[in-house]
Amino acid sequence: MTAPSSVKWFDEIALADRPTVGGKGASLGELTRAGIRVPPGFVIPVATFERFLGAIDPAGRIRASIAALEGRDLNALSETAAEVRERIINADLPEHVAEDIARAYRTIARAEGEVPVAVRSSATSEDSADASFAGLQDTYLWIRGEQAVIEHVRKCWASLYNTESVTYRHRLKLPEEQVAMAVVVQRMALARTAGVMFTRSPTTGDRSTIVIEGAWGLGSCLVSGEVTPDRYVVSKVTGEIVARTISRKLVRHVPDLVRGGTCAEPLPDELQGEPCLSDEEVGELAATAKRIERHYGSAQDIEWAIADARGASALWLLQSRPETVWSAREDEPIARPKATPFDHVLAVLGHRES
Amino acid sequence: MYPYYTRFRPEDDERFWFYNSMHFPEPVSAFDSIGQEMPYTAMGAVTTRIFAFPAALGIDYRVHNGRVYITANAVTDPKEIEKRAAIFQERGGYYYANWSELYAGWVERMKSLIKEVDAIEVPELPEFEDIAVVREAKGVAQNHYVLERFHRLIEAYSTMWHHHFEFLMLGYGAYVVFFQFCKKAFPEIPDQTVARMVAGIDVLMFRPDDELKKLAGLAVELKIDDKFAEGIDPKDTLAAVAQAGARGRKWLDALEKAREPWFNISLGDGLYHHHRSWNDDLTVPLSALPRYIAQIRRGESLARPTEQLKRERARIVSEYKELLPSGEEKAAFDQMLGLCHVVFPFVENHKFYCDHWFVSRFYNKVREFGALLAREGLLESAEDVFHLQHTEITRALLDVMIAWAAGSKPAGGPHWKPIVATRKRILEALKGWDAPPALGPMPEAIEDPAVQMLWGITTETLEKWSRPPDKLKENELQGFAASPGCVEGVARVVLTVNEIGQIREGEILVCPVTAPSWGPVFGKIKAAVSDIGGTMSHAAIVAREYGLPAVVGTGQATKRIKTGQRVRVDGNLGLVTILA
Repeated sequence: MTAPSSVKWFDEIALADRPTVGGKGASLGELTRAGIRVPPGFVIPVATFERFLGAIDPAGRIRASIAALEGRDLNALSETAAEVRERIINADLPEHVAEDIARAYRTIARAEGEVPVAVRSSATSEDSADASFAGLQDTYLWIRGEQAVIEHVRKCWASLYNTESVTYRHRLKLPEEQVAMAVVVQRMALARTAGVMFTRSPTTGDRSTIVIEGAWGLGSCLVSGEVTPDRYVVSKVTGEIVARTISRKLVRHVPDLVRGGTCAEPLPDELQGEPCLSDEEVGELAATAKRIERHYGSAQDIEWAIADARGASALWLLQSRPETVWSAREDEPIARPKATPFDHVLAVLGHRES
Repeated sequence: MYPYYTRFRPEDDERFWFYNSMHFPEPVSAFDSIGQEMPYTAMGAVTTRIFAFPAALGIDYRVHNGRVYITANAVTDPKEIEKRAAIFQERGGYYYANWSELYAGWVERMKSLIKEVDAIEVPELPEFEDIAVVREAKGVAQNHYVLERFHRLIEAYSTMWHHHFEFLMLGYGAYVVFFQFCKKAFPEIPDQTVARMVAGIDVLMFRPDDELKKLAGLAVELKIDDKFAEGIDPKDTLAAVAQAGARGRKWLDALEKAREPWFNISLGDGLYHHHRSWNDDLTVPLSALPRYIAQIRRGESLARPTEQLKRERARIVSEYKELLPSGEEKAAFDQMLGLCHVVFPFVENHKFYCDHWFVSRFYNKVREFGALLAREGLLESAEDVFHLQHTEITRALLDVMIAWAAGSKPAGGPHWKPIVATRKRILEALKGWDAPPALGPMPEAIEDPAVQMLWGITTETLEKWSRPPDKLKENELQGFAASPGCVEGVARVVLTVNEIGQIREGEILVCPVTAPSWGPVFGKIKAAVSDIGGTMSHAAIVAREYGLPAVVGTGQATKRIKTGQRVRVDGNLGLVTILA
């Protein structure tokens, strides 16, 4: 189908679209286009936010007032920021925008009614600042229904004007007119098991190793550190599971059906010591990690989830970021070719190494 | 019972010794101590004196309670290492540079050495010398040849061991270098994966089993496949085949052809006199036939998928190479692995020529001398000769020679028979001794390439030994992950090679040391577990070829697992779990 003008589907987005859809949106689009199983979704690009802002504030007063707060005391700043947020939350959306978002949501939901989605801000700032900046903006999980989605898109936009976000921009001297935000709306995967995986061993930097960490339930409990995950080390080349550590997992995160978002629940005894993945699933994850790394041409840190749907398990990829720690190191080659192969033996056995 | 120089000396307390349970899982008999004497004589000569390995000298060994403890002597003085490295550079360099040509010459030397041993005849000691001694003015009587031929046999054995190690230590040197590189480049790469990159596909050790498969095919083709069934005495099977007329004869001819040299394969490592060969006892090869025949009838292919194995190895090699970050490292990787592939055929194939073909012939020849001593009344039976040291056999043969010349009786009966009886009792008692894996203070590092590659004893192993046991559960055993895969099944504990006839289809083999010559057995079992052995041990290689999970070097599997128990063998993690 043709995409509505105010939204862009994941399969219409590539990594190069980062300036218009943000880091998260670009990464999900790229993965989708590479044929990786990503839960379906769309991005409300920066342009839509600009149209909205232009409609409610044609003279650009909002941005000017925020820029003018630089160096002012925190009370004044908080007050003005709160007013701006209020406007964003309550103002009418431009023509078609609400309908486009609603229609896109209905497309994701298909005939299933009010399926849960995640609504996340997707910042357009540079790599280095991305992680810390993104943390200042909101992510809403387990949102159901057209109106709720639209409401949370506004909340994401509004979160650009959180006190913390504004102070952060001021500290980094980021010009207000370049501040923009895309919003990702993505179907939630009700994970039986979720986790992260690294296409380069985080502990040794081994390039031939994929490390998979997972726990029962939603991945948020790994991020929050509430659970020691099961850990699998898989050879990238042979696909063999080289090491496995099954830990005692006391809780899991599940969707909070009352308040939205997620909450922790204690795990039944019989699940605590059980591996959260089957060997087949470990194999599928590793193969997917290898594909993603090949696609990007560099080591990746990947978030994933496995949903149990109608008795069959389905792997979903939620996020892929370039690995930065080991890739930033510039190591000397561990060996160089020598005049003859025997010279390597001589060097090692004769203790004459380089 | 053992030579004086094999005893521990007071100053030995200061040194680190480990039990060579891989080669000597059982107490050794007096004669079998030649299986330490000659190999270590030859091995040390190669590293210490011929090639001057820079930091590694030879191996000292001691026999304690019938068990063989060894220690590798290292050079630690950097000046001395530098001096030896200069010599090694020239000498080792020459062998590596001319490897394939020198190896071809080696094969010829080994073949003629085996012929030489086959040609040794134990003199008959007739009442009167042949007339030819007079007509041809030979001037030497038969009793002279008794000793001369026995010594020739022992000398050939010594020569074989020198040949055995001639290339081997250099070969291990190439392996060590590649292993170290891989461990640096890919810190978490499993040893078995490095081994898979090194291993060749077409090696002689698979040939005996391939011959059996061909014989199975021929039996089906000749429609005599109904003559083969499990649990039948080989003699009866052969008799039944012989009754099948021309078709039976055709099959028996093929069997005879296959037996030379391919059935000269020891059921063990060739270091014990009781490790007989397929040729000595056809039970093992013939008991594999019913299974192969059934597979052929079902239309399954028995051929090893060599092309597929080669492709898979090439894929693994190229993927690891591609993961290396720089072109320089890729080029170094090619050089190191290329060298491993040059040395691999020798490292793998020498076993067949030396440890199997030569040694089976050698022990049988010693048996012939034993028969002479039994005939002359010095021993109860020919087999008792293996309870005498080879120097004692020399003495007993002299006794026979003197008596024959004097026209009297040898004195040895009352002398040797009680000695043999006592030694048999001692050997039986020693079997019950629980030998500790290591004695004395741990060294800081292991230098010897053979110790690293063959025994799998590395600096890490030492650390493991010196640490309290890992937090394993009570029903778990940790070993080296030798061949990937994870299966559950019923255990069959096989303590000596003589028991391998008991193994049934689909069982999990648990044994002190896995021997590659059990080839047909590997076709039957689901997984293999051993007390001892490293990643490049032959068992590990065979298990990988057969696609069976294997855990080697568990230290105590045969003690803790009982036949009939259910066990899980995880060849990826090197973990064995006793389930029930």
